[in-house]
Amino acid sequence: MANPFYRRDVISTRDMTREEMDLLFNATDRIRGMNMQERLSLCRGRVLCYLFFEPSTRTRLSFEAAMASIGGSSIGIASGKESSMEKGESLVDTIRVVDSYSDVIVLRHRMDGSARLAAEVASNPVINAGSGAEEHPTQAMLDLYTILKEKGRIDGLRIGIVGDLKYSRTVYSLLYALAMYRVDVHLVAPPLLRIRRESLYAMDSLSIREHDSIDEVVDTLDVIYVTRIQRERFPDAQEYEKVKHSYVIDDRVLARARSDAIVLHPLPRVDEVAYHVDSDARARYFKQASYGKDVRAALLALMINAIPPV
Amino acid sequence: MSEEQLLVRRIREGTVIDHIDAGKALLVLRALGITGREGSVVTVAMNVPSVKLGKKDIIKIEGRLLAADETNKIALIAPKATINIVSDYRVREKRRVELPDEFIGVFNCPNPSCISNSERSVASRIEVLDKEKQKLRCWYCRRILEANELISSIH
Ligand SMILES: [Zn+2]
Repeated sequence: MANPFYRRDVISTRDMTREEMDLLFNATDRIRGMNMQERLSLCRGRVLCYLFFEPSTRTRLSFEAAMASIGGSSIGIASGKESSMEKGESLVDTIRVVDSYSDVIVLRHRMDGSARLAAEVASNPVINAGSGAEEHPTQAMLDLYTILKEKGRIDGLRIGIVGDLKYSRTVYSLLYALAMYRVDVHLVAPPLLRIRRESLYAMDSLSIREHDSIDEVVDTLDVIYVTRIQRERFPDAQEYEKVKHSYVIDDRVLARARSDAIVLHPLPRVDEVAYHVDSDARARYFKQASYGKDVRAALLALMINAIPPV
Repeated sequence: MSEEQLLVRRIREGTVIDHIDAGKALLVLRALGITGREGSVVTVAMNVPSVKLGKKDIIKIEGRLLAADETNKIALIAPKATINIVSDYRVREKRRVELPDEFIGVFNCPNPSCISNSERSVASRIEVLDKEKQKLRCWYCRRILEANELISSIH
Protein backbone atom coordinates (compact mmCIF):
# COMPACT_ATOMS: atom_id res chain seq x y z
CA MET A 1 0.00 0.00 0.00
CA ALA A 2 1.29 3.44 -0.90
CA ASN A 3 1.70 5.85 1.99
CA PRO A 4 -0.46 8.90 1.22
CA PHE A 5 1.23 10.91 3.98
CA TYR A 6 4.77 10.50 2.76
CA ARG A 7 6.28 13.96 2.26
CA ARG A 8 2.82 15.42 2.17
CA ASP A 9 1.83 18.85 3.45
CA VAL A 10 -0.86 18.88 6.11
CA ILE A 11 -2.62 22.19 5.64
CA SER A 12 -6.34 21.53 5.86
CA THR A 13 -8.57 18.67 6.93
CA ARG A 14 -10.53 19.44 3.76
CA ASP A 15 -7.65 17.85 1.83
CA MET A 16 -8.08 14.53 3.62
CA THR A 17 -10.22 11.49 3.00
CA ARG A 18 -11.82 9.17 5.48
CA GLU A 19 -9.50 6.36 4.39
CA GLU A 20 -6.50 8.54 5.19
CA MET A 21 -7.99 9.40 8.57
CA ASP A 22 -8.45 5.66 9.27
CA LEU A 23 -4.88 5.01 8.22
CA LEU A 24 -3.61 7.71 10.58
CA PHE A 25 -5.64 6.32 13.47
CA ASN A 26 -4.38 2.84 12.75
CA ALA A 27 -0.79 4.06 12.79
CA THR A 28 -1.53 5.84 16.07
CA ASP A 29 -2.80 2.60 17.60
CA ARG A 30 0.32 0.78 16.46
CA ILE A 31 2.66 3.43 17.85
CA ARG A 32 0.84 3.36 21.18
CA GLY A 33 1.34 -0.40 21.26
CA MET A 34 5.09 -0.25 20.65
CA ASN A 35 7.67 -0.58 23.36
CA MET A 36 10.05 2.29 23.93
CA GLN A 37 12.87 0.78 21.86
CA GLU A 38 10.65 0.32 18.84
CA ARG A 39 9.23 3.80 19.10
CA LEU A 40 12.58 5.47 19.47
CA SER A 41 13.95 3.75 16.40
CA LEU A 42 11.23 5.18 14.12
CA CYS A 43 12.59 8.67 13.43
CA ARG A 44 16.09 8.59 14.84
CA GLY A 45 18.20 11.36 13.36
CA ARG A 46 15.19 13.16 11.93
CA VAL A 47 14.59 16.81 12.72
CA LEU A 48 11.37 18.72 13.16
CA CYS A 49 11.57 22.50 12.88
CA TYR A 50 8.81 24.46 14.56
CA LEU A 51 8.14 28.07 13.67
CA PHE A 52 5.64 29.57 16.08
CA PHE A 53 5.22 33.17 15.05
CA GLU A 54 2.24 33.20 17.34
CA PRO A 55 3.12 31.57 20.63
CA SER A 56 1.34 28.41 21.72
CA THR A 57 3.17 26.52 24.39
CA ARG A 58 0.81 23.55 24.39
CA THR A 59 0.78 22.82 20.69
CA ARG A 60 4.52 23.28 20.44
CA LEU A 61 5.18 21.02 23.41
CA SER A 62 2.84 18.40 21.99
CA PHE A 63 4.77 18.34 18.72
CA GLU A 64 8.10 18.28 20.53
CA ALA A 65 6.96 15.46 22.80
CA ALA A 66 5.62 13.58 19.78
CA MET A 67 8.88 13.90 17.87
CA ALA A 68 10.94 12.96 20.94
CA SER A 69 8.77 9.89 21.51
CA ILE A 70 9.66 8.51 18.08
CA GLY A 71 13.36 9.26 18.46
CA GLY A 72 13.59 12.50 16.50
CA SER A 73 14.58 15.93 17.66
CA SER A 74 13.09 19.39 17.38
CA ILE A 75 14.54 22.82 16.78
CA GLY A 76 12.76 26.07 16.24
CA ILE A 77 11.39 29.44 17.15
CA ALA A 78 8.86 29.52 19.95
CA SER A 79 7.57 33.04 19.52
CA GLY A 80 7.50 35.63 16.79
CA LYS A 81 8.97 38.14 19.21
CA GLU A 82 12.37 36.53 19.42
CA SER A 83 12.58 35.93 15.70
CA SER A 84 13.68 37.85 12.69
CA MET A 85 10.00 38.09 11.74
CA GLU A 86 9.79 41.03 14.08
CA LYS A 87 12.61 42.63 12.19
CA GLY A 88 10.57 42.41 9.03
CA GLU A 89 11.93 39.22 7.49
CA SER A 90 9.33 37.66 5.30
CA LEU A 91 7.78 34.28 5.99
CA VAL A 92 8.99 33.10 2.60
CA ASP A 93 12.62 33.89 3.48
CA THR A 94 12.35 32.24 6.89
CA ILE A 95 10.91 29.08 5.37
CA ARG A 96 13.62 28.92 2.72
CA VAL A 97 16.30 29.09 5.40
CA VAL A 98 14.92 26.49 7.80
CA ASP A 99 13.85 24.16 5.00
CA SER A 100 17.41 22.90 4.71
CA TYR A 101 17.74 22.26 8.47
CA SER A 102 14.85 19.85 8.93
CA ASP A 103 12.69 17.02 7.63
CA VAL A 104 9.35 18.55 8.59
CA ILE A 105 8.33 22.15 9.28
CA VAL A 106 5.57 22.87 11.80
CA LEU A 107 4.18 26.36 11.41
CA ARG A 108 1.90 28.53 13.47
CA HIS A 109 1.20 31.97 12.10
CA ARG A 110 -1.44 34.63 12.63
CA MET A 111 -2.28 35.06 8.95
CA ASP A 112 -4.84 33.00 7.04
CA GLY A 113 -3.22 30.95 4.29
CA SER A 114 0.25 31.18 5.84
CA ALA A 115 0.74 27.41 5.94
CA ARG A 116 -0.30 27.05 2.31
CA LEU A 117 2.27 29.66 1.34
CA ALA A 118 4.95 27.96 3.43
CA ALA A 119 4.17 24.62 1.80
CA GLU A 120 4.43 26.20 -1.62
CA VAL A 121 7.91 27.49 -0.79
CA ALA A 122 9.37 24.61 1.23
CA SER A 123 10.68 21.47 -0.39
CA ASN A 124 10.09 19.54 2.82
CA PRO A 125 6.56 18.92 4.06
CA VAL A 126 4.80 21.52 6.19
CA ILE A 127 2.31 20.89 8.98
CA ASN A 128 -0.14 23.66 9.70
CA ALA A 129 -0.23 24.10 13.47
CA GLY A 130 -2.69 26.99 13.26
CA SER A 131 -3.09 29.56 10.50
CA GLY A 132 -4.99 32.72 11.40
CA ALA A 133 -8.69 32.04 11.99
CA GLU A 134 -8.54 29.46 9.26
CA GLU A 135 -7.44 25.97 10.35
CA HIS A 136 -5.61 23.79 12.83
CA PRO A 137 -5.83 20.35 11.23
CA THR A 138 -3.79 18.25 13.67
CA GLN A 139 -6.08 19.36 16.50
CA ALA A 140 -9.04 18.01 14.51
CA MET A 141 -7.19 14.74 13.91
CA LEU A 142 -6.59 14.24 17.61
CA ASP A 143 -10.16 15.31 18.42
CA LEU A 144 -11.53 12.61 16.13
CA TYR A 145 -9.10 10.04 17.47
CA THR A 146 -10.21 10.88 21.01
CA ILE A 147 -13.87 10.53 20.08
CA LEU A 148 -13.14 7.21 18.39
CA LYS A 149 -11.26 5.85 21.39
CA GLU A 150 -13.59 7.18 24.05
CA LYS A 151 -16.90 6.48 22.30
CA GLY A 152 -15.84 3.53 20.17
CA ARG A 153 -17.13 5.12 16.97
CA ILE A 154 -17.70 8.44 15.25
CA ASP A 155 -20.60 7.64 12.90
CA GLY A 156 -24.01 8.13 14.41
CA LEU A 157 -22.94 10.45 17.22
CA ARG A 158 -24.52 13.74 18.22
CA ILE A 159 -21.72 16.23 18.64
CA GLY A 160 -22.17 19.61 20.28
CA ILE A 161 -19.57 22.31 19.74
CA VAL A 162 -19.79 25.20 22.17
CA GLY A 163 -18.13 28.60 22.44
CA ASP A 164 -16.46 30.98 20.04
CA LEU A 165 -17.15 29.38 16.70
CA LYS A 166 -16.44 32.43 14.59
CA TYR A 167 -12.74 32.82 15.31
CA SER A 168 -11.80 29.31 16.42
CA ARG A 169 -9.73 27.71 13.68
CA THR A 170 -9.93 24.46 15.59
CA VAL A 171 -13.68 24.33 15.02
CA TYR A 172 -13.36 24.78 11.25
CA SER A 173 -10.82 21.99 10.91
CA LEU A 174 -13.02 19.80 13.09
CA LEU A 175 -16.15 20.49 11.05
CA TYR A 176 -14.34 19.80 7.77
CA ALA A 177 -13.17 16.50 9.23
CA LEU A 178 -16.59 15.62 10.66
CA ALA A 179 -18.06 16.09 7.18
CA MET A 180 -16.44 12.74 6.30
CA TYR A 181 -18.62 10.99 8.86
CA ARG A 182 -22.34 10.58 9.45
CA VAL A 183 -22.84 12.75 12.53
CA ASP A 184 -25.30 15.34 13.79
CA VAL A 185 -23.53 18.54 14.70
CA HIS A 186 -25.05 21.07 17.08
CA LEU A 187 -23.33 24.42 17.25
CA VAL A 188 -23.86 26.51 20.38
CA ALA A 189 -22.60 30.08 20.32
CA PRO A 190 -23.64 33.62 21.20
CA PRO A 191 -24.98 35.46 18.14
CA LEU A 192 -21.78 37.51 17.83
CA LEU A 193 -19.61 34.43 17.66
CA ARG A 194 -21.61 32.14 15.38
CA ILE A 195 -19.87 30.09 12.74
CA ARG A 196 -18.74 31.83 9.54
CA ARG A 197 -21.22 30.16 7.23
CA GLU A 198 -19.23 31.21 4.18
CA SER A 199 -16.36 29.02 5.36
CA LEU A 200 -18.61 25.95 5.29
CA TYR A 201 -19.12 25.80 1.52
CA ALA A 202 -19.29 22.39 -0.12
CA MET A 203 -20.22 20.67 3.14
CA ASP A 204 -23.86 19.90 2.42
CA SER A 205 -23.44 16.33 3.62
CA LEU A 206 -22.93 17.47 7.22
CA SER A 207 -26.02 18.00 9.34
CA ILE A 208 -25.54 21.23 11.32
CA ARG A 209 -27.98 22.92 13.67
CA GLU A 210 -27.35 26.13 15.57
CA HIS A 211 -28.44 26.97 19.10
CA ASP A 212 -28.17 29.98 21.38
CA SER A 213 -27.67 28.07 24.61
CA ILE A 214 -26.19 24.76 25.68
CA ASP A 215 -29.40 24.08 27.64
CA GLU A 216 -31.29 23.54 24.40
CA VAL A 217 -29.35 20.42 23.47
CA VAL A 218 -27.11 19.21 26.27
CA ASP A 219 -29.33 16.26 27.24
CA THR A 220 -29.03 14.71 23.77
CA LEU A 221 -25.30 15.05 23.10
CA ASP A 222 -22.75 12.23 22.95
CA VAL A 223 -19.84 14.64 22.70
CA ILE A 224 -19.66 18.10 24.26
CA TYR A 225 -16.78 19.95 22.65
CA VAL A 226 -16.01 23.23 24.37
CA THR A 227 -13.90 26.09 23.05
CA ARG A 228 -12.77 29.25 24.72
CA ILE A 229 -14.74 32.48 24.47
CA GLN A 230 -12.42 35.42 24.59
CA ARG A 231 -13.60 38.45 26.46
CA GLU A 232 -11.92 40.68 23.89
CA ARG A 233 -14.38 39.57 21.22
CA PHE A 234 -17.16 41.46 22.98
CA PRO A 235 -17.70 45.19 22.60
CA ASP A 236 -18.03 45.59 26.36
CA ALA A 237 -17.42 43.54 29.47
CA GLN A 238 -21.05 43.64 30.54
CA GLU A 239 -22.16 42.03 27.33
CA TYR A 240 -19.69 39.25 27.94
CA GLU A 241 -20.76 38.73 31.55
CA LYS A 242 -24.37 38.49 30.39
CA VAL A 243 -23.84 35.65 27.94
CA LYS A 244 -20.93 33.69 29.29
CA HIS A 245 -22.89 31.30 31.55
CA SER A 246 -24.79 30.00 28.57
CA TYR A 247 -21.54 28.54 27.31
CA VAL A 248 -19.94 27.32 30.49
CA ILE A 249 -19.88 23.62 31.32
CA ASP A 250 -20.37 23.13 35.04
CA ASP A 251 -22.24 20.84 37.46
CA ARG A 252 -25.56 22.36 36.53
CA VAL A 253 -25.07 21.58 32.83
CA LEU A 254 -23.50 18.18 33.42
CA ALA A 255 -26.44 17.18 35.61
CA ARG A 256 -28.55 17.26 32.46
CA ALA A 257 -25.95 15.65 30.18
CA ARG A 258 -26.10 11.98 29.29
CA SER A 259 -24.24 9.69 31.64
CA ASP A 260 -22.13 8.38 28.74
CA ALA A 261 -21.39 11.79 27.21
CA ILE A 262 -17.79 12.97 26.99
CA VAL A 263 -16.50 16.52 27.45
CA LEU A 264 -13.62 17.64 25.25
CA HIS A 265 -11.67 20.89 25.03
CA PRO A 266 -8.65 21.77 22.86
CA LEU A 267 -7.09 23.54 25.88
CA PRO A 268 -6.01 25.89 27.29
CA ARG A 269 -9.26 26.70 29.04
CA VAL A 270 -10.07 29.80 30.99
CA ASP A 271 -13.37 29.33 32.79
CA GLU A 272 -15.60 27.76 30.15
CA VAL A 273 -15.17 24.36 31.78
CA ALA A 274 -15.47 24.69 35.54
CA TYR A 275 -12.58 23.15 37.45
CA HIS A 276 -14.82 20.88 39.47
CA VAL A 277 -15.78 19.16 36.18
CA ASP A 278 -12.24 17.71 36.04
CA SER A 279 -13.20 15.05 38.57
CA ASP A 280 -16.30 14.03 36.60
CA ALA A 281 -15.75 10.77 34.70
CA ARG A 282 -17.11 12.42 31.56
CA ALA A 283 -14.27 14.95 31.41
CA ARG A 284 -11.81 13.64 28.82
CA TYR A 285 -9.82 16.73 27.84
CA PHE A 286 -6.59 15.69 29.52
CA LYS A 287 -6.83 12.31 27.88
CA GLN A 288 -7.45 14.17 24.63
CA ALA A 289 -4.17 16.04 25.08
CA SER A 290 -2.38 12.77 25.75
CA TYR A 291 -3.82 11.15 22.64
CA GLY A 292 -2.78 14.29 20.78
CA LYS A 293 0.88 13.56 21.28
CA ASP A 294 0.45 10.04 19.87
CA VAL A 295 -1.61 11.16 16.87
CA ARG A 296 1.06 13.74 16.06
CA ALA A 297 3.78 11.13 16.48
CA ALA A 298 1.95 8.86 14.03
CA LEU A 299 1.46 11.68 11.56
CA LEU A 300 5.16 12.60 11.72
CA ALA A 301 6.22 8.97 11.35
CA LEU A 302 3.96 8.56 8.33
CA MET A 303 5.19 11.77 6.71
CA ILE A 304 8.76 10.61 7.18
CA ASN A 305 7.76 7.12 5.97
CA ALA A 306 9.10 5.60 9.15
CA ILE A 307 6.07 3.40 9.71
CA PRO A 308 4.34 1.32 7.02
CA PRO A 309 0.79 2.40 6.20
CA VAL A 310 -0.90 -1.04 6.59
CA MET B 1 -17.11 57.55 -40.85
CA SER B 2 -19.40 57.18 -37.87
CA GLU B 3 -19.08 59.36 -34.85
CA GLU B 4 -17.87 56.40 -32.86
CA GLN B 5 -14.99 55.67 -35.22
CA LEU B 6 -14.00 59.32 -35.28
CA LEU B 7 -13.58 59.43 -31.53
CA VAL B 8 -10.60 57.16 -31.58
CA ARG B 9 -8.17 57.05 -34.42
CA ARG B 10 -7.49 53.89 -36.34
CA ILE B 11 -4.38 52.09 -35.32
CA ARG B 12 -1.89 50.29 -37.50
CA GLU B 13 -0.98 47.58 -35.05
CA GLY B 14 -2.18 46.79 -31.59
CA THR B 15 -5.15 45.73 -29.50
CA VAL B 16 -8.56 47.36 -29.36
CA ILE B 17 -10.69 46.48 -26.38
CA ASP B 18 -14.28 47.37 -27.18
CA HIS B 19 -17.59 47.05 -25.32
CA ILE B 20 -16.12 47.73 -21.91
CA ASP B 21 -18.87 48.62 -19.45
CA ALA B 22 -19.01 52.41 -19.22
CA GLY B 23 -16.70 53.73 -16.53
CA LYS B 24 -14.59 50.58 -16.24
CA ALA B 25 -11.80 51.50 -18.68
CA LEU B 26 -9.35 52.59 -15.98
CA LEU B 27 -9.94 49.42 -14.01
CA VAL B 28 -9.32 47.42 -17.16
CA LEU B 29 -5.97 49.17 -17.62
CA ARG B 30 -5.12 48.50 -13.98
CA ALA B 31 -5.98 44.81 -14.34
CA LEU B 32 -3.85 44.57 -17.45
CA GLY B 33 -0.99 46.27 -15.65
CA ILE B 34 -0.85 49.06 -18.24
CA THR B 35 0.35 52.23 -16.59
CA GLY B 36 1.38 54.35 -19.54
CA ARG B 37 5.03 54.07 -18.57
CA GLU B 38 5.42 51.44 -21.29
CA GLY B 39 5.80 54.27 -23.78
CA SER B 40 3.33 53.07 -26.39
CA VAL B 41 0.27 55.09 -27.37
CA VAL B 42 -2.77 54.16 -25.31
CA THR B 43 -6.08 55.78 -26.12
CA VAL B 44 -8.97 55.60 -23.70
CA ALA B 45 -12.49 56.63 -24.64
CA MET B 46 -15.15 56.68 -21.97
CA ASN B 47 -18.92 56.88 -22.17
CA VAL B 48 -19.01 56.38 -25.91
CA PRO B 49 -22.61 56.00 -27.18
CA SER B 50 -23.26 52.36 -28.07
CA VAL B 51 -26.21 50.63 -29.63
CA LYS B 52 -25.64 47.46 -27.58
CA LEU B 53 -24.68 48.88 -24.21
CA GLY B 54 -26.10 52.41 -24.29
CA LYS B 55 -22.68 53.68 -23.23
CA LYS B 56 -19.36 51.95 -23.32
CA ASP B 57 -15.63 52.49 -22.90
CA ILE B 58 -13.02 51.66 -25.51
CA ILE B 59 -9.26 51.20 -25.10
CA LYS B 60 -6.73 51.10 -27.92
CA ILE B 61 -3.25 49.95 -27.13
CA GLU B 62 -0.84 50.56 -29.98
CA GLY B 63 2.07 48.29 -30.69
CA ARG B 64 0.97 45.49 -28.37
CA LEU B 65 -0.87 42.36 -29.36
CA LEU B 66 -2.40 41.06 -26.17
CA ALA B 67 -2.76 37.29 -25.87
CA ALA B 68 -5.94 35.68 -24.57
CA ASP B 69 -4.43 34.85 -21.18
CA GLU B 70 -3.71 38.54 -20.72
CA THR B 71 -7.06 39.87 -21.89
CA ASN B 72 -8.92 37.23 -19.89
CA LYS B 73 -7.70 39.06 -16.80
CA ILE B 74 -10.43 41.63 -17.44
CA ALA B 75 -13.26 39.09 -17.65
CA LEU B 76 -14.65 39.98 -14.22
CA ILE B 77 -14.42 43.72 -14.77
CA ALA B 78 -15.66 43.88 -18.34
CA PRO B 79 -17.40 40.59 -19.14
CA LYS B 80 -18.88 41.89 -22.38
CA ALA B 81 -15.61 43.20 -23.75
CA THR B 82 -14.53 42.25 -27.25
CA ILE B 83 -10.89 42.07 -28.19
CA ASN B 84 -9.73 43.10 -31.65
CA ILE B 85 -6.18 42.33 -32.65
CA VAL B 86 -5.12 44.72 -35.37
CA SER B 87 -2.23 44.62 -37.76
CA ASP B 88 -1.79 46.65 -40.92
CA TYR B 89 -4.97 48.54 -40.03
CA ARG B 90 -6.99 45.32 -40.31
CA VAL B 91 -8.68 43.32 -37.59
CA ARG B 92 -6.85 39.99 -37.74
CA GLU B 93 -8.51 38.39 -34.76
CA LYS B 94 -11.68 39.08 -32.84
CA ARG B 95 -12.49 37.37 -29.59
CA ARG B 96 -14.46 37.63 -26.37
CA VAL B 97 -13.06 37.51 -22.89
CA GLU B 98 -13.45 34.38 -20.83
CA LEU B 99 -12.96 33.74 -17.11
CA PRO B 100 -9.57 32.08 -16.64
CA ASP B 101 -9.03 29.18 -14.20
CA GLU B 102 -7.27 31.58 -11.88
CA PHE B 103 -6.22 35.21 -11.59
CA ILE B 104 -2.61 35.69 -10.57
CA GLY B 105 -1.67 39.11 -9.25
CA VAL B 106 -4.72 40.86 -10.68
CA PHE B 107 -6.78 41.44 -7.56
CA ASN B 108 -5.95 41.76 -3.89
CA CYS B 109 -7.57 39.26 -1.57
CA PRO B 110 -10.22 41.26 0.34
CA ASN B 111 -9.45 39.33 3.54
CA PRO B 112 -7.12 41.66 5.47
CA SER B 113 -5.75 38.68 7.42
CA CYS B 114 -4.72 36.85 4.27
CA ILE B 115 -1.01 36.09 3.93
CA SER B 116 -1.11 37.19 0.29
CA ASN B 117 -1.64 40.75 1.53
CA SER B 118 1.29 40.82 3.93
CA GLU B 119 4.11 39.06 2.06
CA ARG B 120 5.72 41.38 -0.41
CA SER B 121 6.99 38.68 -2.72
CA VAL B 122 3.66 36.89 -3.02
CA ALA B 123 1.23 37.58 -5.85
CA SER B 124 -2.43 37.08 -5.05
CA ARG B 125 -3.98 33.96 -6.49
CA ILE B 126 -7.72 33.85 -6.99
CA GLU B 127 -9.19 30.60 -8.25
CA VAL B 128 -12.32 30.46 -10.37
CA LEU B 129 -14.19 27.45 -9.00
CA ASP B 130 -17.28 27.86 -11.16
CA LYS B 131 -17.14 30.02 -14.27
CA GLU B 132 -20.87 30.13 -14.82
CA LYS B 133 -21.81 31.07 -11.27
CA GLN B 134 -18.67 33.21 -10.90
CA LYS B 135 -17.65 31.33 -7.79
CA LEU B 136 -14.25 32.60 -6.73
CA ARG B 137 -11.85 31.61 -3.97
CA CYS B 138 -8.55 32.86 -2.67
CA TRP B 139 -6.05 30.05 -3.12
CA TYR B 140 -4.20 31.08 0.05
CA CYS B 141 -6.86 31.77 2.67
CA ARG B 142 -9.66 29.77 0.95
CA ARG B 143 -12.24 32.48 1.44
CA ILE B 144 -15.07 32.39 -1.06
CA LEU B 145 -15.10 35.80 -2.71
CA GLU B 146 -17.59 37.93 -4.59
CA ALA B 147 -16.70 39.42 -7.96
CA ASN B 148 -17.58 42.86 -6.61
CA GLU B 149 -15.22 42.76 -3.65
CA LEU B 150 -12.42 41.70 -5.96
CA ILE B 151 -13.11 44.47 -8.43
CA SER B 152 -13.17 47.08 -5.70
CA SER B 153 -9.84 45.72 -4.45
CA ILE B 154 -8.04 47.22 -7.45
CA HIS B 155 -9.51 50.72 -7.22
ZN1 LIG C 1 -6.87 35.33 0.73
